[in-house]
Amino acid sequence: MENFKAIIEALILASEAPLALEKICVILENVEKAEVKKAIEQLIVEYNERQSGICLVEVAGGFQFRTRSELSPWVKKLKGTKSASLSPAALETLAIVAYRQPIVKAEIEDIRGVDVSAPLRGLLDKKLVRIVGRKDVPGKPIIYGTTKKFLEVFNLKDLSELPTLRELKEISEQKEPESVTEPELIEEYSDT
Amino acid sequence: MTDETTDYAIKLDIFEGPLDLLLYLIKKNEIDIYNIPVALITEQYLQYLKIIKSLNLDLAGEYLVMASTLIHIKSKMLLPVPDEPSDEESEEDPRAELVKQLLEYQTFKEAATALSGRPLLERDVFARSAPIDDKVEKSTEDEDELIEVNVFELIEAFHRLVSRIDKKELLEIDLEKMSLTDIINDVMERLTREKNLTFEELLGERIDRRRIIYTFLAVLELIKMKMVKAYQTSAFGVIRIFPAVES
Repeated sequence: MENFKAIIEALILASEAPLALEKICVILENVEKAEVKKAIEQLIVEYNERQSGICLVEVAGGFQFRTRSELSPWVKKLKGTKSASLSPAALETLAIVAYRQPIVKAEIEDIRGVDVSAPLRGLLDKKLVRIVGRKDVPGKPIIYGTTKKFLEVFNLKDLSELPTLRELKEISEQKEPESVTEPELIEEYSDT
Repeated sequence: MTDETTDYAIKLDIFEGPLDLLLYLIKKNEIDIYNIPVALITEQYLQYLKIIKSLNLDLAGEYLVMASTLIHIKSKMLLPVPDEPSDEESEEDPRAELVKQLLEYQTFKEAATALSGRPLLERDVFARSAPIDDKVEKSTEDEDELIEVNVFELIEAFHRLVSRIDKKELLEIDLEKMSLTDIINDVMERLTREKNLTFEELLGERIDRRRIIYTFLAVLELIKMKMVKAYQTSAFGVIRIFPAVES
């Protein structure tokens, strides 16, 4: 298959969601994974060099074509100017879940110092946060984590791409050893 | 007394909570977070609670818990240090726990800002088949120079105005019928006409306590409904109100 780079390009464009490398390999059958990866990297570079309106990005464990962020004013005109942003409360709650997951509601509230029921519900509705299970402690509180959609919306390859919290590390270093929480046993429930 | 304002209990979810208020006070007073003058901060914190209460806003319990925590720390710091410490633990600064909490909260507040600064799908970048989801769409501001005002700053502006009015005037019985809906409509109408206005300009000539409170509540309500946005050009500068969507 001489022209598998073009095939990959077509597959990514035709895919509804970010297309995983593994899936491309399954479709191409006879091409080595390393070669597919190399072809994708070439495509990324080509789109960047061409200064075109779209770019190929690695996001949420796959590859997707997206418009360049500088062009958003124009694209927005096309899509209409409806706008309802995430509230600061929702963003803060989301940040805490993203960095501290798996996490229960009470732990989020400890950090924010305020009830998070409403923003948490909003994040669940928007499918940025999901229920990952229940903690095996009295009351069996629900454990929350972020979703794949969170990665897609926030343009992240995976959770490790989240910017590191430098200050947070400093705080935990100051902590006395006893206050460092051990990872708790999680009784996983498969969420629906 | 049947004050019309009692009919409106505005929910406090527009505030980000007591920790946010404390961070705001610390920043405003240019205080070292590791060495908080508890007396000063407690006083200012309680002052804010008073203003919030006077606006008849539904005060969340967490704010009161924080108030008692602050007073507790303050009283602990007033106590003389025992000559011989019974154990090392008692030597700890009574503020330590709160500072830790504040730092942690601040970190996540920054992380939230950083997240929001990423090229967001359906806001900055678009995918070919991304479904148009009204709820997830984001708003962006073209005017980068302007800083979005938080509620505390609005409250402070409000407080400045109220304290400027002559005390005698406050006793005046105002027979003019006013409803929040009318004021909201009035504010929106003027904003669409004038593009942007300061809070003072919104009030116009008729400065009486009720008018100020109603206008302030109207602005808060409109911000909550995302009909308007409040900006200032620098920290603690003049606050201007803009319609959120240009018609």
